[in-house]
Amino acid sequence: MNVPTDLLYAISHEWLRKNADQATVGITDHAQHELTDVVYVELPVVGTKVDAGQQICVVESVKAASDIYSPAAGTVSEVNAALIQDPALLNTDPYNKGWIFKLQLATEADLSALKSPEQYSEQLSHL
Amino acid sequence: MEDLPKRTPLSAVHEASGARMMEFGGWWMPVQYKGILDEHRAVRSAAGLFDISHMGQLLVGGKDSEAWLNAMLTNDVRHLGDGQGQYTLLLNEQGGVIDDLIIYRIEANSYFLVVNASMIEADFQWLQSRIAGHLTLVNQSDQWAGLALQGPRAQDVLRLLLGNQVELPVRNGLLSLPVPNGPVLIARTGYTGEDGFEWFCPANTAALWWNKILDAGHSFEILPCGLGARDTLRLEAGFPLNGSDLSPTHSPLEAGLSSFVKFDKGDFIGRVRLDTERSEGVKRKLVGLLMGEKTPPPRPHYPVFHSGSPVGETTSGSLSPTLGSGIAMAYLPSDMTTPGTPVEVEIRGRRFPATVAKRPMYRRPKTAAAV
Repeated sequence: MNVPTDLLYAISHEWLRKNADQATVGITDHAQHELTDVVYVELPVVGTKVDAGQQICVVESVKAASDIYSPAAGTVSEVNAALIQDPALLNTDPYNKGWIFKLQLATEADLSALKSPEQYSEQLSHL
Repeated sequence: MEDLPKRTPLSAVHEASGARMMEFGGWWMPVQYKGILDEHRAVRSAAGLFDISHMGQLLVGGKDSEAWLNAMLTNDVRHLGDGQGQYTLLLNEQGGVIDDLIIYRIEANSYFLVVNASMIEADFQWLQSRIAGHLTLVNQSDQWAGLALQGPRAQDVLRLLLGNQVELPVRNGLLSLPVPNGPVLIARTGYTGEDGFEWFCPANTAALWWNKILDAGHSFEILPCGLGARDTLRLEAGFPLNGSDLSPTHSPLEAGLSSFVKFDKGDFIGRVRLDTERSEGVKRKLVGLLMGEKTPPPRPHYPVFHSGSPVGETTSGSLSPTLGSGIAMAYLPSDMTTPGTPVEVEIRGRRFPATVAKRPMYRRPKTAAAV
């Protein structure tokens, strides 16, 4: 499984790319593989405030709907509208074109609970 | 140990091939190989191979078998010649569905019944407790493996495998092929809406035939398929799934299966309710639902609304890979079952538009070679 070294990871298989007080969020290569063919993404609403670990949107494969959790506290500032037309971007390019939403990180946002690439790889090795 | 799912003669083959496995109705089955969408498209455009060894096989024999089967089942077995099959239903005394099955007449006084995996024991007990006269009933489910070869190229695959001198059965027909290591029964039936075959062979030859069929299908771009694609294919083709779209409280007339109920054959279990429904009409009917574009895929047990009021719930649902939209089935009041009737399906608290659609929502293109 592809685990890029420049990202942080949630135990629930979301990734986070931090850029100053902004963060981009998606699901990991492992997550898209487990979900199988993604056919629908219910994007979060811009302006929604979320806590770390809070359910924020839904991704649906042919077989099942799966909840996606925000890896950090903040306010949704942008969503990837390309996923409406092409939800399979989550399968084909989960770390780039398949990003799901961006967060304006809350001032109190604490990213220390997220995993490093090494820690996340370690988590995957136990599955 | 009792909680472990049962393994088919092919479970190890699926695992070794990297299929994604899951428990289904007590069986350890592949949900997908390459991917549900790819497998679905392979069956619509070329060919796919499914393990259906979890399904059950019951043998009924004896000189009273014809009359007895006609009292147990809704269709009329008198219409069957040797090597012919028919879809039929096993009902409870209240006219609800216990199981749907295909019955083949091998020869006079010898019938081969293929029943749903989760219902093998229940069907067998139900029938056994009603045996009367000169009859034998045997559950051979563990002795048989089943492979479903489905798709427009299925007949080409079999011709390559068996040679052109073998005359393939016509639709719903059954061919008994004497081959080394036991007979093979080849039925021209399926659960996908495509031309295809269901291949029954002794359990210990399942892996051999699985590999031979895949090898023969290689040049036709056959894919091994899992239960995920089997479900999307049958849903598009409008075939009900017992336990979801059929149930002990729903009658076959409500389910739109009246052509498999014969009223000109005397009494059969469950008939009283069906006679009433036939004269008075059914209050609810199983319909297809077609969702609008870019709505979430419908799934079982989603509420259905008409003019703002709750009128039922979905019994099955998925994205239709062929149509690119969500499709579902639901029992709706009979006055709302005209195709084109607008309804709404509630998904995670939001209501999305759908229309009542004629089943099946997918029909295979007619070809000159179609049988």
